[in-house]
Amino acid sequence: MSIAESFSATLEEKRGSRDHEPTRLPLSGPWLHRFASGLAFLVVFLIAAGANVTSREAGLAVPDWPLSYGTLNPPRWWQIDNVRAEHGHRLLAGTVAILTVLLAVWAHRREPRRWVRRLSLGAVAAVLLQALLGGLTVRFFLPTPISVSHAALAQVFLCLVVTLAVVTSETWQRVDGSGPRVRLGSIPQWAALTTGLVFLQIVVGAVMRHSGAGLAIPDFPRAFGRWVPPRFDFPIAIHYAHRLGALAVTLAVAVSVIWVLGKLKSTKALRLPVLGLTVLVPLQITLGASVVLTSKAIVPNTFHVATGAAILATSLVLTLHAWRMGNPSRMNPERSSLIEG
Amino acid sequence: MKKRMWQGFSISVLCLALPVLMLVACGGGDAGSDSDEAMPAEDTAAPAAAFDESTVGALHGVVKYENGDDPDTAIRMSADPSCQGLHTEPVYTETLKAMDGNLGDVFVYIKTGLESYDFPAPSEPARLEQEGCIYHPHVSGIMVGQPLKIVNNDPTLHNVHATPSANPEFNQGQPFQGMELDKTFDTAEVMVPFKCDVHPWMSSYLAVVEHPYFAVSGEDGSFHIDKVPPGTYTVEAWHETLGTQVQEVTVGANETVELELTFKPAA
Repeated sequence: MSIAESFSATLEEKRGSRDHEPTRLPLSGPWLHRFASGLAFLVVFLIAAGANVTSREAGLAVPDWPLSYGTLNPPRWWQIDNVRAEHGHRLLAGTVAILTVLLAVWAHRREPRRWVRRLSLGAVAAVLLQALLGGLTVRFFLPTPISVSHAALAQVFLCLVVTLAVVTSETWQRVDGSGPRVRLGSIPQWAALTTGLVFLQIVVGAVMRHSGAGLAIPDFPRAFGRWVPPRFDFPIAIHYAHRLGALAVTLAVAVSVIWVLGKLKSTKALRLPVLGLTVLVPLQITLGASVVLTSKAIVPNTFHVATGAAILATSLVLTLHAWRMGNPSRMNPERSSLIEG
Repeated sequence: MKKRMWQGFSISVLCLALPVLMLVACGGGDAGSDSDEAMPAEDTAAPAAAFDESTVGALHGVVKYENGDDPDTAIRMSADPSCQGLHTEPVYTETLKAMDGNLGDVFVYIKTGLESYDFPAPSEPARLEQEGCIYHPHVSGIMVGQPLKIVNNDPTLHNVHATPSANPEFNQGQPFQGMELDKTFDTAEVMVPFKCDVHPWMSSYLAVVEHPYFAVSGEDGSFHIDKVPPGTYTVEAWHETLGTQVQEVTVGANETVELELTFKPAA
């Protein structure tokens, strides 16, 4: 073979190897995932800020909306506790809304998967609706149904942002069905059930909180000195339901922990959220007890709501990764849709 | 394709947001009765009775407090440094103004017996002042339809939040010193609580009644209700934590009736 022929053959070989180069992950680049992850943490902080408003009964400390005392920033707002809580919550919510729009724009520019782009639009819709609900709750003097909806939608929005963070990660996209299948048994279903239970528990907690039933049962762990309250009205019933819900969530999480750590401790994507839950759930129970025993002191009251949001996010991460690993072939359309419009 | 998706998304958000925005703009908020008055219904009731003003009597008396402690505590105003800076001495809550067995800030009024009379509301406004981050007066009365002027005398922001049950609720901000708010109440109601969501220790109680025969007991427990038409009445005394006391009285022509009303500590 002449030198020219040899050179041509080498070029052909290199060109061919480039054609079969593995696709770089994550598909939309690492920074979209990092941005979404940072936004998810900020949403948890925003939920904590909202909980702080309710805990100090500052929900109407700024009586108008969308302005605050007729301005963008009321005079000396940062110096006055209740105004700082409410107005600060609004400023943070506005920041989160802007960042969510940025995330959606970024996803539309860089993300090849159509369903992920649509999910980002869903997050934008959710945060805008959340802002409107916040305005309604002020304009109509904190009616319970609107306040509870505002609290529940906050958790839904958190789930959307967490999902975006997870599906834009390299860990998620690395699972493409080509490797050996991980045997997870019923872990995906159990994780999904746990996440559903956590969400339901949060909604029951929101109903309890916004209907003024937080101290309907004034002692802990018993109820009026017994394990079952001697009488029931709506406040006592909803409060007791929240305590029973805590028990159910604890049991569900315990099963997940035993299952994952017992059988799949080498799978980092599952191990990390499960370890997170082993810390968060006992903390949440302690905070819940503190809320009752301190007669709803602001700090434990606020952190109890924030930790609930963190548990939901962590359980959702576990659920998503478990489903991904347990059903890679069914959840692998993106490999064939890299250039989908 | 992308442009169509964005258009579709924008339209969806608008369709969702517009009705909600209209609801927010039109609904709730300060739906007090300072807006345009509705046309009064045709008066088909019997004409109001009249009384001879030369025969009017009076209700004088004292409100007593039996063997109770004063639970009022010093207010911590650290939640707003401006409020804290307005006081050099401790400021106490005004829940129970008891002194030497007498009880102040008790609203005393004729509850029944005046239904056949018609009393026009005065045009002179009653006043509710916010000074030193405290509402003044703590307990007061106003007639149905009489204007109420609420004034912010402090170098800080307040929100005036009334939570009546028979009248519309309102919550309005007064971010600057000197701001005034005018309200009227169209329905009799004992009591209309006022609070400030910025300063949780602030509270005031306003009674809305259909006649001028009411008073608030002073620090010495005394009260005076003058120019009362002769008749038999139910007199009620209201306190914010101790509840109510009721007495039946008969006021004769030019007679001054002395009353003693006694409250006991809550069990």
